[in-house]
Amino acid sequence: MQYLQQALFVLMAIAAIYLFAKKVGEIRRNIFLGKSLDLSDNTAIRWKNVLLLAMGQKKMFKNIPVALMHFIIYAGFIIINIEVLEIVLDGILGTHRLFLPLLGKVYNWLINIFEILALGVLVVCVIFLARRNWLKLKRFISKDLNGWPKTDANFILITEIILMSLFLVMNATDQLLQQNGAAHYSSTGAFFVSSLLMPLFEGLSTSTLMGIERTAWWIHIGGIFAFLNYLPYSKHLHIALAFPNAYYAKLDSIGKMKNMPEVQNEVLYAMQPELAPANAAPPSSFGAKDVFDLSWKNLLDAYSCTECGRCTDECPANITGKLLSPRKIMMATRDRLEEVGKNINQNQSFIQDNKSLLHDYISVEELRACTTCNACVEACPVSISPLDIIVELRRSLIMEESNAPQEWNSTFSNIENNFAPWKFSPDDRDNWVSEMA
Amino acid sequence: MKINTMAEMIANGETPEILFWVGCAGSFDLRAQKITKAFATILTKVGVKFAILGKEEACTGDPARRAGNEFLFQMMAYQNIQVLNGYNIKKIVTTCPHCFNTLKNEYPELGGTYEVIHHTTLLQELINEGKIIMKEGGSFKGKKISYHDSCYLGRANDIYEAPRKVLEALDAELIEMKRCRTNGLCCGAGGAQMFKEDEPGTSRINMDRADEALETGAKFIAAACPFCNTMMSDGVKNREKENEVAVLDIAEMIAESMV
Repeated sequence: MQYLQQALFVLMAIAAIYLFAKKVGEIRRNIFLGKSLDLSDNTAIRWKNVLLLAMGQKKMFKNIPVALMHFIIYAGFIIINIEVLEIVLDGILGTHRLFLPLLGKVYNWLINIFEILALGVLVVCVIFLARRNWLKLKRFISKDLNGWPKTDANFILITEIILMSLFLVMNATDQLLQQNGAAHYSSTGAFFVSSLLMPLFEGLSTSTLMGIERTAWWIHIGGIFAFLNYLPYSKHLHIALAFPNAYYAKLDSIGKMKNMPEVQNEVLYAMQPELAPANAAPPSSFGAKDVFDLSWKNLLDAYSCTECGRCTDECPANITGKLLSPRKIMMATRDRLEEVGKNINQNQSFIQDNKSLLHDYISVEELRACTTCNACVEACPVSISPLDIIVELRRSLIMEESNAPQEWNSTFSNIENNFAPWKFSPDDRDNWVSEMA
Repeated sequence: MKINTMAEMIANGETPEILFWVGCAGSFDLRAQKITKAFATILTKVGVKFAILGKEEACTGDPARRAGNEFLFQMMAYQNIQVLNGYNIKKIVTTCPHCFNTLKNEYPELGGTYEVIHHTTLLQELINEGKIIMKEGGSFKGKKISYHDSCYLGRANDIYEAPRKVLEALDAELIEMKRCRTNGLCCGAGGAQMFKEDEPGTSRINMDRADEALETGAKFIAAACPFCNTMMSDGVKNREKENEVAVLDIAEMIAESMV
């Protein structure tokens, strides 16, 4: 019986890790469908960003109470994972509390710390669930989240509440079993948080307690494996990708737009034809029409987005009721990328589906509303730039489709002919000088 | 007051300390011309030897690039860099944060590397060096001023302190809007929005921002960008407050208050 359980556990663990690794591989492949971009420079500054932005969650601390609560979940998640290591080893080896004899008194302290954290995570998840569903915060009731995204968010919080509860139930029943002197349940010393739950199970028989303890143990670890596999399909993937995304965050001044050397050269060759190489092939396309035309960092951004909506909350266009929502730009990019990924899974390579990120997922009206003010970029706690994607799509609209509002066409022709966005004669540019007192 | 162009300076065998990049708004827009004149007056008064490009200056290409027209941007950049490098320009000051951002951040990789500063930074330096001296009991003394952060100065280039330090020198009472510094709300002009109608929405960005500024109860809204200036002025007019609240560029305030 014991061996059967061990075998079952090992199978479950292998299946969970295999499926997770497979999906991670797909996501990695999808991200690298994007254009190459060399971000291997400045490693010291990049590590500092990981430390400050990802580990330190610097930008979250613009709102201190929320940042502290979020930090509790984050710290709880990381630290409680040490306990998961024991659980996994117990599962494989068929032991119970493997680390107890090795750590002695320290074991009791550790579990007590984990339990305090677990309680913290549980309480914060309940608060976040309430905040998300009943406080009517603009960014949580936004239509961006209608349907699956809203369910996804609630599902994550509920799962964490259940996992933490199971952990505490497991420890509560374990302590009762220790009191009853059940075999294999060695004395751990008191666990303060879970002992509060003990009255709930008082008076139950040893076998019932063992049933509850074992069930809680199995659902807890099974839940963790399931959650691991849910992650790559969820907005919750940010718990992993926030780190690489902080590492690859833009280091230039955020006002600097990405240069297009191919256009720079076209202009140079037009002005100085003697510099043009004889066999210069014209660039294939300009800007981004689909996810393939974005950089891999843009696509990593899309997978890193946890749909918190801080960007949209700060977006002047969105605040004034325009269609543009930077969060939706990121969600649309991920949705399109996932669709492309499924297409590749089915057909080995991408088969044209007559759809594109531009138009089918992101409309012209959205793109036109952006003031390039960088408020969304500044707001993002995980170093995402929705603006980068917006301007790449705008480039495609203008340079591939000549799709501009009439006023912009006039502006362009004024700049080209009069060297100013308005229709003034360039000869009048310094007229103000003669008016100086 | 004589304002020299680079061509004139070179003809006289002179080199300026700094080039004043006026920008399209500062050159042509009637309201923004006042900012240009105020800043040129300050430079002249304190004896900074400067020149302008005059008719040789052209749009940096910022609105074209942000609208998506990279070709036009590259054409303008090529042309301007040829002119600037031709005159061997080393240092540029500009009253426009959009020109500032483009010249400072986007021209270097196209072959145009200069030391570029915004006029609020230069004003702060001149005040610190004691070259700009304020009048006793200037017209802004004790008055409430609210400073509107320009996106291309603030978020884009991390310049939040210089404009505020300059305003402090006016001995005025600075009141911050709810959204300021890194969280400052855009005026609505950037990204070539200045040159087109708004997309459909429930309100206009400049109206909302002007309302935020008016809520502070300030008598003066200080701007450091000719486009913000226009947008905020329109917003104030929309609330029919233009007789009570003035939208002024920091350079105009200094020009009025200095000895």
